[in-house]
Amino acid sequence: MRREAPQRLADYGPLLFPAGMLIVFFVIPFATMIAVSFFQRDPAGFYSTAFVFDNYARFLSLFFGKVLGFSLFLAVTVAICCVVIAVPFTYLLSRARRRTQVLWLVALLSVLSLSEVIIGFAWSTLFSRTAGITNLLVAIGLMSEPVALNPSFGAVLTAMVYQALPYTVLVLYPALVRLDPTLTEAARTLGASPVKSFFTVVVPALRNTIVATLIMVFIFALGSYLLPQILGRPQHWTLSVLITDQAIYQSNMPFASAMAVFLVLVTLGLVALTLIAGRKGEAA
Amino acid sequence: MTTFLQRLYLGLVGLFLSLPLIVVAGVSVNEKQTLAFPPQGFSLSWYGEIFTNPEWRNALLASITLAAVSAALALAIALPLSWFLWRRHAPWANIFQLLGIAPFTLPPVITALGMLTFWATTGFYGQPWTAAISHAIFFVTLPLVTLSLGFSSIDRSLVEAAATMGADDRRIFRTVVLPLILPYLVSGYAFAFVLSLNEYIVAYMTVGFTMETLPIKIFNALRYGYTPTMASVTILFVAIATLIFGLVARFGDLPKLLGAMANTDKH
Repeated sequence: MRREAPQRLADYGPLLFPAGMLIVFFVIPFATMIAVSFFQRDPAGFYSTAFVFDNYARFLSLFFGKVLGFSLFLAVTVAICCVVIAVPFTYLLSRARRRTQVLWLVALLSVLSLSEVIIGFAWSTLFSRTAGITNLLVAIGLMSEPVALNPSFGAVLTAMVYQALPYTVLVLYPALVRLDPTLTEAARTLGASPVKSFFTVVVPALRNTIVATLIMVFIFALGSYLLPQILGRPQHWTLSVLITDQAIYQSNMPFASAMAVFLVLVTLGLVALTLIAGRKGEAA
Repeated sequence: MTTFLQRLYLGLVGLFLSLPLIVVAGVSVNEKQTLAFPPQGFSLSWYGEIFTNPEWRNALLASITLAAVSAALALAIALPLSWFLWRRHAPWANIFQLLGIAPFTLPPVITALGMLTFWATTGFYGQPWTAAISHAIFFVTLPLVTLSLGFSSIDRSLVEAAATMGADDRRIFRTVVLPLILPYLVSGYAFAFVLSLNEYIVAYMTVGFTMETLPIKIFNALRYGYTPTMASVTILFVAIATLIFGLVARFGDLPKLLGAMANTDKH
């Protein structure tokens, strides 16, 4: 069947409800948020209409700089850890039998869909003194008594890697499944070990995919909100936590909105970078 | 030797992914209200607690209702949109596809805050149905992606045959297209349902002070310390997710849904 351009007004019918919903409940809220970011805080209510740059000017404080810096640092670290673990894993997964692949995919999707609250709770249990992993180390004689491992930076990082790892694998999966197996076979025939052919053939062939994945996982990690709160100390709080804190507890919607707009700009910039990396990948 | 190393690596990642859940499962069967692992005694009473304690039961019901309604609404947005984009040649309409994918791509706190400002400005803040709309918009990406995959796998000559024999658009949709995309429809619903069930921040920012979904309930309980019900609810949620994705895998093509198009010839 040819795809025709819509001719009559009735042809646009199916578009009516989706377009209406998306405009009313996404475009308008988004625009409202941008507008509010220029408003003034009203201690009595949510905000009062104005046009000021005060909320953006607050970014210039040392505190905000620290939170932003930490958020970016944390997200970069999570992205690197995830990609380093996930690339070999996904490669092995994509070479496994179909049945094995399906089982892994079900498990990965199940972990991926887990609420941040649940992941935070599970890891806080694992890092606790009474039920945690240190009990195991005591049992095999490596430690003398169990200790609590959270709150700490390591706890936040581990849980965030846990949260983002299934996502990383699922982002890499299509590219690795489509990777031509004759590439590695050729390297093996020429005498390269599996590990060597992985690093000299698979990784370079996937360079752009890996860069795009790094950025996508970075954005994903930037959105983590509860794990820094459950497993970290206040100095481990991220921009997402700060935005919620300002919006809900400090009732400062304009400042929260300004930070959110800033976060959108950072994210969009990164998405643009991903697209550029992807396009280069196609050209290569 | 290399196969052994490969298995070891897969096994270690598997251990990392399952370890917290194993410990939580162990904790959930403790006899007394203690956070201990290995569990002391064995009791399934904390699983019963989810259904007998009205607070947890209400939270579970609220979450399931929210997930069911918002996933249905997401589908109602995604289906006509994907149908239109597939049926008609209208490049500008792709902007709506983009709008549907945007909320899921941005950090969730942004959608959450956008919704909060919107509902507060319009005066509906705190109404339970606002959470359903917010989740539907937030998760519309999932049915959109599965459905556009579904539509792209339909052989257009089938539809052409139906049209030649005099079927109009509505009839083509009902008798040819709908049966073909049904698996994608179901998996889109399943993805949106499971993710809505687990979603915290959008629900918290829209109805957090008037309604407790299960993730909100767990977080509130976590702030006041530990109750074993958290552990049993966690395991329940893992079980639900595994069951639903297992069913999707059983009745659909999971590798294909996740983008592995070239994989169909491998068994």
